[in-house]
Amino acid sequence: MSAPAEPKKLTKKDLTADHPTWCPGCGDFAVLAAFFKVLEKLQIPHEKICTIAGIGCSSRFPYFVNGHGVHFIHGRALPLATGVSLSRPDLHVFAFGGDGDGYSIGGNHLDHAARKNVNLTYVVMDNFVYGLTKKQTSPTSPKGFKSKTDPTGAIDQPINPMKKLVYGGASFVARTHAAQVKHMMQVFERAILHPGFSVVEVLSECVVFYPGIFDDGNPRKGGEFELIEEKVWDDSEEDKARHDVTDENAAYQLATLQYPGKFGVFYETDRPTKNQLEQQWIDATQEKVGDKSTQDLLSDRFAAMK
Amino acid sequence: MSLSATSGDPETSESPSTPSEGVTELQDAVIRFAGNSQDGIQTIGGFLARLAGRSAREVMTYMTIPSTISGGPSIFQVHLGSGEVLSAGDESDFLVAFYQHSYDNHIDSLKEGGICIYDSDHVEEVRGGEGIVHVGIPITSTTVEAIGGSARDRGKNIFVLGLITQLFKLNKDKLSSLIEKQLGRKGEGVLRNAMLAFDSGFAYPIGDLLGQEFDLKEGAAGTEDKVTTDGNTALTLGLLAGGVRYGSGYPITPWSTIMEQLRSELPKYGGLFVQAEDELAAVSMALGFAYSGHLSVTGSSGPGLSLKMEALSYATMAELPIVVVNVQRGGPSTGLPTSVEQSDLMQAIYGSHGDSPRIVIGPKNVEDCFYVAVEACKLAKEYSCPVIILTDQALATRIEAFAQPDLAEVVTEPELDQENRGEDFKPYPLDGLTRHAPPGTVMDAGKYPVVTGLEHDEWGHPSGSPEIHAKMNARRRDKLKTFADSLPLPDIYGDEEGEILLVGWGSTWGPIRESINRMRDQGRKVGTFHIRHLNPLPNGLETIFERYDHVVVVEMNDEGLYGNGQLATLLRARYCDPKIVSVCKTDGLTYRVKEIIERVDAAVS
Repeated sequence: MSAPAEPKKLTKKDLTADHPTWCPGCGDFAVLAAFFKVLEKLQIPHEKICTIAGIGCSSRFPYFVNGHGVHFIHGRALPLATGVSLSRPDLHVFAFGGDGDGYSIGGNHLDHAARKNVNLTYVVMDNFVYGLTKKQTSPTSPKGFKSKTDPTGAIDQPINPMKKLVYGGASFVARTHAAQVKHMMQVFERAILHPGFSVVEVLSECVVFYPGIFDDGNPRKGGEFELIEEKVWDDSEEDKARHDVTDENAAYQLATLQYPGKFGVFYETDRPTKNQLEQQWIDATQEKVGDKSTQDLLSDRFAAMK
Repeated sequence: MSLSATSGDPETSESPSTPSEGVTELQDAVIRFAGNSQDGIQTIGGFLARLAGRSAREVMTYMTIPSTISGGPSIFQVHLGSGEVLSAGDESDFLVAFYQHSYDNHIDSLKEGGICIYDSDHVEEVRGGEGIVHVGIPITSTTVEAIGGSARDRGKNIFVLGLITQLFKLNKDKLSSLIEKQLGRKGEGVLRNAMLAFDSGFAYPIGDLLGQEFDLKEGAAGTEDKVTTDGNTALTLGLLAGGVRYGSGYPITPWSTIMEQLRSELPKYGGLFVQAEDELAAVSMALGFAYSGHLSVTGSSGPGLSLKMEALSYATMAELPIVVVNVQRGGPSTGLPTSVEQSDLMQAIYGSHGDSPRIVIGPKNVEDCFYVAVEACKLAKEYSCPVIILTDQALATRIEAFAQPDLAEVVTEPELDQENRGEDFKPYPLDGLTRHAPPGTVMDAGKYPVVTGLEHDEWGHPSGSPEIHAKMNARRRDKLKTFADSLPLPDIYGDEEGEILLVGWGSTWGPIRESINRMRDQGRKVGTFHIRHLNPLPNGLETIFERYDHVVVVEMNDEGLYGNGQLATLLRARYCDPKIVSVCKTDGLTYRVKEIIERVDAAVS
């Protein structure tokens, strides 16, 4: 007997779909490239990859990945992805989007997907501006940013995504920069392998409406890409100063650093996912009622109402 | 005559049957309990309704609930009959008043010759009242005495249940076993107190005080094992039978009891219902389940349905199957959260942006809530689009007895369609019905689909082509036209032609039918049909309209700027027939039969 045929290796070529419609130079190209590389490395079965997005430039992402995908409505990618994740444990669910989609119109869903610890990976391509609608203030636009909706400069305090994510209860929170593909890949891989709600905030420059905004975090543009040094637990003196990813307060402290701050994993904790907890509820219920057909279950309910 | 009695009514009873001295046989009776919502008057009504289902009687209940968190005046009305019961009753034959305010507000609901039983511990002043028989009973103190000093007045509802059982010669054994079954779960002490109260009420010499007793007949033998339940429960079970295994919702009255039941029931079937953070997340999550290849449900009441509208338009565009329940209540805005209205018809059909056709169907009574849910499941899958079920607050909470559905006939097992898709796969063929490839499906051509809200071609690729947009709009519209072609003309009840045709939808079915019965009893040629499929409408209604002098659409919504209710507006738009007129109301109450007849006569005169 011959050995079963080796499953075909998933390559970047298999994963490439339509050429992205992003503007030349957009940071999102690098995010897509890093995502492909990680999928190549992890060899997830092709049909099990599911990418989901709402509305925005970066939310076009699913069109550029040859995999099952959904281009949904503005701000609601996470609840839709939650439905997919909870009902299809066989899939690898990814949500993509920008700062407007994730932190503004979808801000409430982010908090709830985080606290429920839904098993999926969410990548936010944060560019501090609304790009698709051509330069309005976004929830992460810094004060003073001149946009078409704030012609004399933004007046509202921007949200701090890292604080929001840690506070919300996301069990994996990381931050990276689209100009650092290698770092992005490392962070993506950890996020994908993390069981639970993992979020990666990527500073991804909009070269048309907010050029140069992330140069401070890019060594090639004269900035500094400062990495978070994680504890290695070797009892050494240096290790004391390193970051404990399970320490929520330490994560908050990192989140309050002066821009551009540090990059890497802010927070990572192991707590039961909603997927696991719901499955326990299903299993316990089924054990209680026993193995019954739909007809029997309904008959029982009707009998109780006679 | 206040009671459909076979004695004492010289006009209708040719051979009065008086089995024994002072006992009046009743074919049906309307009993109204008026108290405060925390007194458990709904419990009395529930027991009586359940008993009716076990005694081959028909039953319909009606209640008002204050929208406050706890307390406030409330009524529960039970209409029990051995024949067909179509409404909860215009007026009551018996009134049980627990307080002075209950008495003052409801004494006028009694028919002439009706009987008012009041708690003489609380009701101090009774009016003379033309032909009304008053019986004062110290309900509170007798209950306290029966149960023991520390019980305060809890249990007086069960005392009254005992009283009613005695007065109407109801089956005491059946009722006792119902009480044991239901209250036994709450612990031995609760059950013991309830039985003490029940026996005390049963032993109270109410017959002597009244000078007469009643015998409420049981129905024809052979139908004693009816199901007794409310519309929201029937609808929930219909969804389960139809194959729904996933869903998501957000609490809102009067929808919440459906989501609560789904949350508890679905795990038994290996499924799941998730409470979402808001209505937008609820519909989105339900669409996530649908995209994953499951039949899923979301639901709400009017305000929540408004919030779901954007996502429902997406479901029309992406052609995802989803069942959406809307338990209508009084609007606009927070409106009358615990009252009934049929004012969401236009919202259900047209509430979304763009041209977003979808199916809208409505149940006529509690039993029909089950079958409408089953049908909604079938239609959502077949036409791959949103199907909105328009039920209402009255159906949601009232109790009726009906025969258990033939489960072997109606149950549909869900299946996840994960078969490989061939090279020629097209999710949206212009010449056929939608077939999605849920995630996890292997695509033989190696090209994977992205489901989108952008206009798209047959393969699902986004396209801004004017030609494709027009073709795809037509495709989404035409599949519903195909469905409309399959719908039969609605059945006519009453005269097939004549003076007046009454048209209704949803829960007005019963009172409209009873109106037809009464008008025909007066020798008038009138008929009615009920519209179950509200969008698309069945074809050929004009062939029915032309057989009557007047067409009157009876609805519980406002007559609007142009004098027509919502369904009447749609029928006028489609048939351009000025003969179609409206009878509308928005008082938050179900139609009384008398009210329909008077209003219809005014509308056609």
